[in-house]
Amino acid sequence: MNETPVNAPRPLVSCTIDGQEVRVPEGSTILDACTKEGIDTPTLCWAANLTPVNVCRVCVVEVEGSRILVPSCSRPVEENMVVATDSERVRTSRRMVYELLASSVEMDRSEPEVLAWMEHYGADPDRMGPVGERATVAQPVKVEDDLYVRDYERCILCYKCVEACGDDAQQTFAIATAGRGFDAHISTEFDKTLPDSACVYCGNCIGVCPTGALVFKTEHDMRQEGTWDQASQEVTTTVCSFCGVGCNLELHVQDDRIVKVTSPADHSVTSGHLCIKGRFGWQHAQP
Amino acid sequence: MLWGSNARAAHPIFFHHLLKGIKNGARMWVIDPRRTASAKFADAWLGLSVGTDIALANGVARQIIHAGLVNEEFVEQATEGFEAFAAFVEPWTLEYTAEVTGVPAEAIADLAHGYAKAATAQLLWTLGITEHHTGVDNVLALSNLSLLTGHVGRWGSGLVPLRGQNNVQGGGDMGALPNKLPGFQDVDNDALRKKFEEAWGTTFTGQVGLNLTEMFEAMATRELRAVWVVGENPADSEADAKHARAMLEGLDVLVVQDVFMTRTAQLADVVFPAALGWAESDGTVTSSERRVQRTRAAISPPGQARQEIDIIADLAQRMGAADWGYPTAEELWDELRALSPMHGGMSWQRLADEGGLQWPCPDEDHPGSRFLHGRLWERPISGRRAPFSCVEHRPPIDALSEEFPLRLTTGRALDSFNTGVQTESFNSPIRSGEALELSASDALHLGVQAGDRVQVSSRRGSIQMTISIDATLQTGLAFTTYHFPELADINQLVSDAYDKKSGTAEFKATAIRVEKIAETTHA
Repeated sequence: MNETPVNAPRPLVSCTIDGQEVRVPEGSTILDACTKEGIDTPTLCWAANLTPVNVCRVCVVEVEGSRILVPSCSRPVEENMVVATDSERVRTSRRMVYELLASSVEMDRSEPEVLAWMEHYGADPDRMGPVGERATVAQPVKVEDDLYVRDYERCILCYKCVEACGDDAQQTFAIATAGRGFDAHISTEFDKTLPDSACVYCGNCIGVCPTGALVFKTEHDMRQEGTWDQASQEVTTTVCSFCGVGCNLELHVQDDRIVKVTSPADHSVTSGHLCIKGRFGWQHAQP
Repeated sequence: MLWGSNARAAHPIFFHHLLKGIKNGARMWVIDPRRTASAKFADAWLGLSVGTDIALANGVARQIIHAGLVNEEFVEQATEGFEAFAAFVEPWTLEYTAEVTGVPAEAIADLAHGYAKAATAQLLWTLGITEHHTGVDNVLALSNLSLLTGHVGRWGSGLVPLRGQNNVQGGGDMGALPNKLPGFQDVDNDALRKKFEEAWGTTFTGQVGLNLTEMFEAMATRELRAVWVVGENPADSEADAKHARAMLEGLDVLVVQDVFMTRTAQLADVVFPAALGWAESDGTVTSSERRVQRTRAAISPPGQARQEIDIIADLAQRMGAADWGYPTAEELWDELRALSPMHGGMSWQRLADEGGLQWPCPDEDHPGSRFLHGRLWERPISGRRAPFSCVEHRPPIDALSEEFPLRLTTGRALDSFNTGVQTESFNSPIRSGEALELSASDALHLGVQAGDRVQVSSRRGSIQMTISIDATLQTGLAFTTYHFPELADINQLVSDAYDKKSGTAEFKATAIRVEKIAETTHA
């Protein structure tokens, strides 16, 4: 009776991706199959530790017999499915997504992969109109406390923060989308300031933000001063000193000082999520 | 069953796992005098009176027995003392249990049936169970429930004490206990001690030492006159803090090794400034789930702060030990592995590659143990049968009276930690500060409002605090955190009555009186 039960092995399904036959366990998504095959796929709203919400459309692929492109992050592989990930139609669609987003949103502080994909597809936001004339979500930065900065001119509405705050991890439900169409935005209840909202400052929204719209105040301040130097930062994995759960912390260190704390998304204890103490309680290390 | 634990605030990332379970259809009962943040996610909240945990557990046990929900095969094959136990809990009818605990009879029956019928069930607790003068008996009362139902020693079923600090488990594992050597090997076992003596080239006494509470008693009798405190702040954290401080001040020698100039360090004759374990040192910690994980130095220690290993090595040399050198954390770990069989298979490399390992892990091919006590399901069982324990309900020592009519209990806030030493340095937007939380009806009765200053007195001391109203508190119950000893020295109030079996003081049940001290004007 000392065994840990394992789930019954799932039957394998076969599909063809870019001409290669791939066999994956039933229930796997096309994205899973691509990852298994070593085919890189751009994503914005998908994350390993969140449920897909299918809003960004940047991971779309062409499936034979399907009228429209399908989001690979959430479409399960079906037997004998024929998938194309790099067709003209896919490339055009992915490029368009980046161009539309970047025409109204500041993408310059996005994760390096995001910027690399934009270059890969030759995304040119200026096609949507010259700078200064096209509609943008430009707005002042929200700095309402010493921990968080919300810089919504960088927000692409990928919903990751909403998912991390809500159903997928924290279940605090402090933020959601408000408004419609171009006015849609991430908001606290009644647009209250963050300290007055239901927020408990776990920082898990910041942890999943792909575009730098949500950042730690430390990072924001250093960027303002021009001292933020990601290339020189070293990341060390250690264990949080608060409580006995054993959350792994990644300490991002620049010039012998901690500048940011994250947790590995594949860590069995945290799935990449932390609480306010683990995320921000490091300041006693460097008065 | 989350019993005497507010994991939502005190173990937030563990609580994420509970939330996943609830999302997948698990039911949760929260048993706590307060309707906590955790209770908001529960199917049912059982708001028992402080210090009636044994009564409630005995009532649940009787109901399981009377409803015919005992796991008879398990009880017969793996336990002993069932008949005596069944007779012992017989007086605890639903009605009587409800009267003693304040929990409605239907809720007790619902809990008993839900727990007993579940395919798998976890019973989780923290200091709400152990910080009572009946702490050990409380745990035994909960264990009885798992034995009745067979909810132990199986994947998905078990008894889970949630550890409050990142290495309180590891401290015990490494032998920082009065009666144990590393790997929980008894210090008074001659053969085991000999193994250590040979490895270390020395001899040492097999006499069992003192626990923390007993040490303070020994300070009072001057039996104990020199103390070396490593990474602990007893001047703030001990119950009956005034008494504890007097004891520390009366020592001939007090040495404190810490990363901060804590209140205890301020009393010291000598302070060894130490590197911070989790960010400035290589080493290991062991979590609640017995998972040994590596910590790694990411930044350099400030000023004269040194690695704790080096401090100990230097001190040993001054005390006349042969030259220990300055061993690395890995070298010390390998020494431990050679002496502690349950750590034998945990190589330094495996700890990194496999995201930590759960003991026991006796050899390099062993995957680590995800749960304990599986032997209870072997037929016939190997080793000793698990005994039922007949434990009596005994109310808190600090009894309520006309003079001290309110029950004060304590707990953690989400954004703070223990005596605040590590958490006061970041500016949390959700910090509540030091406040005495009262129920609305008690506040009305006392004529106080949120923000009023009050004098809070117990049989041991009296301090000033600010009132806050918690609408979810039961009448007669007051609550506070203990994170701000500089602002509100809660432990001056707390009784140092303690459980003789564990040495843990009764932090959770203090009788207090609250008096308004000045007219406060309200805008």
